[in-house]
Parts: sequence; structure tokens; C-alpha cells
Amino acid sequence: MSTTTEVHEEHTTQEEVERLAHPKRPLKARIGVIGSYVGMIAIVLYCIIPFYWMVVSSLRLPTEGRSTELIPSPISLENFQAVFSAQNNFGRSLINSVIVAGTTTILTLLFGIIGAYALARLRFRGKGAVLWLIMACSMFPLVVLLPPLLKMFSSTEPFTWFPYWINTYQSVIIPGLSFALPLAVWNLTAFFKQLPVELEQAAMVDGCTPGVAFRKVILPLAAPGVFTTAIIVFIGAWNEFLLALTFLQDASMQTATVAISKFTGTTGFDTPYGTIMAAGVLVTVPLIIAVLLFQRRIVAGLTAGGVK
Amino acid sequence: MATATAEPRSVPTTEGDGHKHKKNALSDGQGRLAWILLAPTLLVILVVAGIPVAMSIREAFFQTNTGVDPNTGMIAGGEIFVGLQNFTDIFRGQNPVVGNYGTMDRFWNAFLNTTFLTIVCVIIETILGVAMALIMAKAFRGRGIVRAGILVPWAIPTIVSALMWKLIFDSSGVMNRIIGREILWLADTGASFWAIVIADTWKTAAFIGLLTLAGLQTIPAEVYEAAKVDGATTWQQFVRITLPMVKPTLVVAVLFRTLDTLRMFDLPYGMIGAGKYRVETLSIFAYQEATQERYGPAAAYAIILFLYVLLVAFLFVKILGADVIGDADVPKKKKKRKGDQEPAGPPATGLEMAGGAH
Repeated sequence: MSTTTEVHEEHTTQEEVERLAHPKRPLKARIGVIGSYVGMIAIVLYCIIPFYWMVVSSLRLPTEGRSTELIPSPISLENFQAVFSAQNNFGRSLINSVIVAGTTTILTLLFGIIGAYALARLRFRGKGAVLWLIMACSMFPLVVLLPPLLKMFSSTEPFTWFPYWINTYQSVIIPGLSFALPLAVWNLTAFFKQLPVELEQAAMVDGCTPGVAFRKVILPLAAPGVFTTAIIVFIGAWNEFLLALTFLQDASMQTATVAISKFTGTTGFDTPYGTIMAAGVLVTVPLIIAVLLFQRRIVAGLTAGGVK
Repeated sequence: MATATAEPRSVPTTEGDGHKHKKNALSDGQGRLAWILLAPTLLVILVVAGIPVAMSIREAFFQTNTGVDPNTGMIAGGEIFVGLQNFTDIFRGQNPVVGNYGTMDRFWNAFLNTTFLTIVCVIIETILGVAMALIMAKAFRGRGIVRAGILVPWAIPTIVSALMWKLIFDSSGVMNRIIGREILWLADTGASFWAIVIADTWKTAAFIGLLTLAGLQTIPAEVYEAAKVDGATTWQQFVRITLPMVKPTLVVAVLFRTLDTLRMFDLPYGMIGAGKYRVETLSIFAYQEATQERYGPAAAYAIILFLYVLLVAFLFVKILGADVIGDADVPKKKKKRKGDQEPAGPPATGLEMAGGAH
């Protein structure tokens, strides 16, 4: 009698141990976890599949531009060779893109850093108005700039005094600042605000002027933020299309985005999809690598810009 | 990432003990320094945006002179003042085209295209984006991979993505193969509109998701626990807690997307082409007019688009309370109470400032 109860007791304790070892999640929560993983896979596929299609289409034979096979057979790099054929001028346009986007980024940071520092740290009359001005500047449609600037840069009638700026880098870089600078100021202000003001106070107690405190203390600490802003602005300028399309009409001055949009096949009738996709991959892959390497920072920067 | 976004919001905490923020060591009587530091930025903005916009407004009241000079008998050239004619011509219906909405003036066709594209795209993007954010917020592992994946559409240049979708939507392309029908997506048909919607949604829904996720992560878990104790269902939690608490972030994200979609250019231009009336947006129309040296009408259309964008932004700020500025340092416009009396109110500064600015 006593032994059976003992066994029984033993049995229950074992069960209890097992239950403690594997805590039972409620069924609903488990479904929730599985569901969220399924959802995450769906999100990734949603984002990646069209891009995958671009990549595989670039790896087909040029004659199979419209093929709908999931995996190209045979895999061919001919499209990539075709991108750099003389008629497309693509190598040149990549250099143009680097020059335009690089200069825009540097100028933007030069002006943006000091302006953003003032907005993040100093308290002054009219600050709200300045913030609204910068915000409004990032809102307005770029196409508003086109009619007067097109007239001015091509030095037609009332602007005959103005130098002929069509097909020059500055015709894209300078108007491009109108969207790049607000973006940079916005991001940098958010980054500067995250640094405690006590840092400068300590430096100033030690005898630094505000200028020196900014240069020696804040700027090094804000370097990651500056770097992130640089990437975001660079990508924005690299992807810019409307200004470049309007002001850079000469094939030797075109940026990569415009060049791709103007690719024609050798026959001139059929859209050379393979070549276009190959060029698209070439233009996009550096950006995607940068984005993957710095994704944490970029997301922080984007949310700082959009959500403060 | 979560901390990075949470930080600026938590800045107003200094406002609680009001004395502290008045004694910011860098701010005492340094208004002049601030303006000196801001001068380059403001000057650049004035030169690259302010002056061209002013010139564009002036341009809208002029037209290229194609008349004949009475003295020389040559084409006069230059420009003539035409008053409001560029604007009133919109109502004359001199340039009827056939679009999605029947025959109407090309301007109104573009205007309606812009409006409907924006409404449809933004609604779909918001729903998808919020769904994505909810899924990502639930996950414990693999968030990094998802975030990387989400940034792929964002990083692709819009014009490249337009050409990519052009291939997908080709009449013998993969989209038609999947759905097993022969739809002419790119031939300026009603389907073209939806092709644009799909392509735009793909590029930006994930982005709204990313921003919304940042907002979701600032909601403390205790709130949900309390709701559970009170017996709230999942749906009630979503409607009563998640949505209201994520609203400030979401409204700003949606506002930026709306303004971006209103000025859409690259996608329809690259995918369908210019001068295709089913998908012609105001930006494309104005661009075409400008490149055909019809500067006056182009400027008029661009200015109307600008005013439209301003109106939408204003409505967002007024009705939905979009806090676009979100700067706790900006003093409220009404009375300046003594610091310690000031209640640590919600960050509605942007809203207040908008009321004053417009």
C-alpha cells in the first residue's frame, strides 16, 4: 500500500519536473510566434523578389530579355559587357554621378553641420520659424524650380546675362541642395540633440571657447551621425532624376540614372531589357552593400529625420 | 535603434524641472551666435529655393512672346505679361485629353491622376506598413534580416525600379505569366494606373513599416499588461492602445509619404512614359511644358502643385495634429510662464507653430 502511493507520488513529481522543464506556452501565443515568423518571411520575400527578378534578368542572354524563366539558362554576363559598350557612355555617366552626388554631399554637410548644431543647442528668437522654413523647403515639389531655372541656365531672353549652364555639373548640384540640405539639417539636429549638453559645459569649464568645444568634443562624438547623414544624402543625390534629366542633356554629362533611362538597343526598336537591368544592378548594388553594412545607423537616421 | 528614436522624444523631460533648461550654458544671450551659425544654411536655402520659387511665381504671370514685332517684322521673342491668363486657361478646356475620367482638360486630368494616385497609394502603403510593423514588433529574432530586406526597395533609385517594374509588367512579362492573362499594363490603359500603384507601394510600404516600428517600440509593455489584466481583447488593445500611441509617428510618416506621392515623377515617366494621359501627374505635365519652352504655363501648374502640397500639409497639421517640428525648445507662441509652473505637456509644439506660421 505504502509502496504504491510512493510510486504514485514519484510519478507526479516527475510529471511536474517535466512541466517545469518545458513551460507550456498558451496555444494562442505559440500561433502568434509562428505567425510572426511567417509574416516576416513574407515581408522579406515581398521586398526581395522584384529585385531578384532584376538580377536574374540581367544574367540572361541579351536575346532573352523578356524570358520568364526563374533561373537564367545559360547564365551569361554579356549584358554587363553591353552596358559598357561605347554607344551607352555608361562608364562616363557613373563618374558623373559620383561627382554630382559627392559634391552635393560635401557641400550639404559643410553648411548643414554648423546650422544643425545651432538648432540643436542654442535657444533663440525665431527658431520655430527657421525650423518651419527648413521643413517647408523639404516639402516643396522640385518641379517648381524647373521653369525659371531652365530659362536661366539656357540664358534665354530676360537672363541673357547669365552664363550658359546647361550640361554643367553645377546646374544639378546647386538646385539639388534644395532637397539635400533640409534633409541633412534635420538628421544632424536629431543627432546633436542626443549628445548631452554637459559635454560642452565640461569643456568650457576647462577653458574651451564654445567653438573649440564644438570642434574638439562634439564633432568627434557626432561622427557616426555625420557619417549616416552623408550616406543618406549621397543616396538621395545619387538617385536624383528630374534635375539631371532636365539640365544634363549631353550624353557625356549625363548621370547614371538618366543614362539608364535612355538606353536603346542596337536595333533601336526593341527595349534592351537585359542591358537596362544589368545597368540597374550596377547602379544599385553599391547602395545595397552600403545599406546592408550600415543598416542600423541608416534606420536610426531615417527615423530621426522622419519621426524626429 | 529604439533608443535612438526614443531619445529626442524624451528630451522634454528637462522641461519638467523648468529652471534647468533656462540655464543652458550655451544659450545665454547667444542668439547672435545662433544666427551667425545658421546664416550659411539660410543663405543657401534662399539662393537655391527661395529665389527660384519667387521667380517661378513671377514666371506664372508671363508667356513666351510669339507675336510679331511691328517694327522689324521678326518674331518678337522675349516674354509678355499675361496676368492670370495661365491660370484661367485651365478652365477654358482648350487642351482636352482622354484619360481615366473621360475627356477633360489636360491639367485637370493630371490633377485628378495626381490626387487619386496619392490617395490609393498612401492608403495601401499605410495599411501594409502598419501590418509589417506589427509583425516585426512581435519577432524576437531575425529582425536584422527583415530590416536589411526592407531597405532594399528604399535604396534602389526610383527610375531603376520603374524600369524594373516595366520589365515585370511587360505584356509578355512575368506578371502576366503569373496571373495567366494578357493585360497591357504599359500601354496607357486603366491597368497602367494600377501598375504604378503596385510599383510605388512596393518601394515605400516597407519604409512606412520601418518608421511605424520605431513608434511602436516607444510604447511601454506595462500598458499592454494593464490592458490584459482589465480583460481587453487583442483588437481592443490594437485600437485603444497601439493606434493612439503610434499615431504621432504614423501621422508624420504618412504626411511625408503623401507629399512625396503628390510630386511623383520618376515612376510614371520611367514605366509608362511622358505624355501618357492615364498616368500623367502634375509634375510630369509641368516638366513637359517647361521643356517645350512653355515656361509660363509650366510655372503656373508647378505653383498650383506647390499650393496643393502646402494645403495638404496644412490640413495634416491642423486636423491630424502632425507634429512635424517636434522641438521642445521652440517656445510656445502664447504666454511664457515661469518654468516651474509650466506643465510638461505633450509635444504639440509643431502644431502650435503651424497655427502661427500660416
